[in-house]
Amino acid sequence: MKLKFKSLWSWIWFLIGTLYFILPLYATLDFSLRMERDTIGFKAYRVAFADPKFVETFARSNILAVITIIVSIILIVPTAYWVRLRLPQARRIVEFITLLPFVIPAIILVFGMIRVFSTPVRIPFTDIILIQPLTTLIVNKFHLGTYILIVAGYMILALPYMYRAVDTGMRTVDVRTLTEASQSLGANGFTIMWHVILPNIRASLLSGALLTYAIVVGEVVLASFLGLDTFGPYLFLLGQHRAYEPSALTFVAFLLTWAAMGIIQLVSGEQGQTAGAH
Amino acid sequence: MADTPMTAPRKASWKSSFAKWLGVAPFFLFAIFFILLPSFSLLTGSFFDADGNFTFKNIAELFTNPTIVTAYKLSIEISAVTALGGGIFGFLLAYAITIGGLPKFVRKALITFSGVASNFAGVPLAFAFVATLGRTGFVTALLDVYVFQKYFGIKLYDTGFNLYSFAGLALTYLYFQFPLMVLIMTPALDGLKREWREAAENLGATAFQYWTRVALPILLPPILGTMVLLFGNAFGAYATAYALTGGALPIITIQIGAQIRGDVLHNPNLGYAMAMGMVFIMAISLVGYSWLQKFSERWLR
Repeated sequence: MKLKFKSLWSWIWFLIGTLYFILPLYATLDFSLRMERDTIGFKAYRVAFADPKFVETFARSNILAVITIIVSIILIVPTAYWVRLRLPQARRIVEFITLLPFVIPAIILVFGMIRVFSTPVRIPFTDIILIQPLTTLIVNKFHLGTYILIVAGYMILALPYMYRAVDTGMRTVDVRTLTEASQSLGANGFTIMWHVILPNIRASLLSGALLTYAIVVGEVVLASFLGLDTFGPYLFLLGQHRAYEPSALTFVAFLLTWAAMGIIQLVSGEQGQTAGAH
Repeated sequence: MADTPMTAPRKASWKSSFAKWLGVAPFFLFAIFFILLPSFSLLTGSFFDADGNFTFKNIAELFTNPTIVTAYKLSIEISAVTALGGGIFGFLLAYAITIGGLPKFVRKALITFSGVASNFAGVPLAFAFVATLGRTGFVTALLDVYVFQKYFGIKLYDTGFNLYSFAGLALTYLYFQFPLMVLIMTPALDGLKREWREAAENLGATAFQYWTRVALPILLPPILGTMVLLFGNAFGAYATAYALTGGALPIITIQIGAQIRGDVLHNPNLGYAMAMGMVFIMAISLVGYSWLQKFSERWLR
């Protein structure tokens, strides 16, 4: 009797939680299907997908996500590997740095970036210019400097999750033994990294990559303040003057998040982590 | 290692130590250029006036300028309310799926959904809540027909409720707040050992005594710690609030955004000080979190 009463309350909390989860999604889906009067249909989705601006911005966001993931892996995997194997005394400082993005929100990060990189960066107390202003670095009409800034910014937003994923992966596969075994078989550093370490931590890499993807693809703060036409700002602007299409794209964004988190749980068996541009 | 020369070991060790640190140089360079340099630039900027003279005036104005004080106050309030609300509700849910005895598939579904919802934020989240609780939203209509018009003869929006207000933003933030609590508290509740309860019962403790003397003291640090984390989570949020209220609710991130777009304070250095004030509060909450984390590590996991 006592047990029943307890689980009754549990069911009630669960029911409220489920409603909180489901209702906004159901409401969005329901609304997005009502573009045509008196009938349920996918017109909002067709119209939204057919907009060339959507295709362009969505493609740009996806490309940025892929570049961010690749550069993050190139930067973080060797670092985490090196710290684990050769430089354990650097662990504390490196982990501290990976936590900094929790203290510096995206809006502050972009504020500082704009302040630093819109004028030449000089060596302190001298007139020696270290870097020309990045925001005006344009190569063949391509805003290379702005793209460098946004990829760097996205790498920072994803840094805590990517680093933790990679580091956890390296702990579970015991990189030291793997490295020593490969060395005794005559493998060089590149071979060890490419043929031994990376394949062994692929599940962690995938988790980190998908979390990064979830952060980047709908991100709006960095993109709008750096002035790049990506999916986040596009969706925001669309919401200003259209009704049904933004709901359709919102539902699509939800499905993308769902897919990313679902795959993470599938490969890692963990509870997933949390990230995001709130 | 075999071909290391035996002579001059001191020099070799200095050299190898330098080479060791060279391995992490790219990471440090990246951090210096894109994290530290921008942060320090804002930090130093907040201690100078427009003519480049050193001053504490900007910092002082953070506490006297009514616009800024209001913005900080609003941000702290909304973060505290959603951290507390999300924390309590998230804890109850985590309790329900661990000790509460709900079946395994329910637990799995809730954990999966929490993973998704805690990552579902920004513009899409704001739009989803407009479709739900906006003036013509789905739940608004349901509540109007089945509750408000039926029993009170009014509509939800006649009660003074408005999605584009403090309450509305809080409800929206809760969507990513309580799932985060569920994700962190579920393993903590799993960590409560059955033996502790049995030991307490063998010594004649009632369920109430077990909870107040054993379980809660162990759980309190992770509960408080996670709530602090939720506070920071909401405090740094910008996109959700901007997409929902269009800047009508002047929380601190919205004010900083306005300052970046076009120096609304007519003093760029005051803007930098405002940003640093935010970083300061975020840093305090992170320190608080890791301090509380230490207590829970003794017992859990």
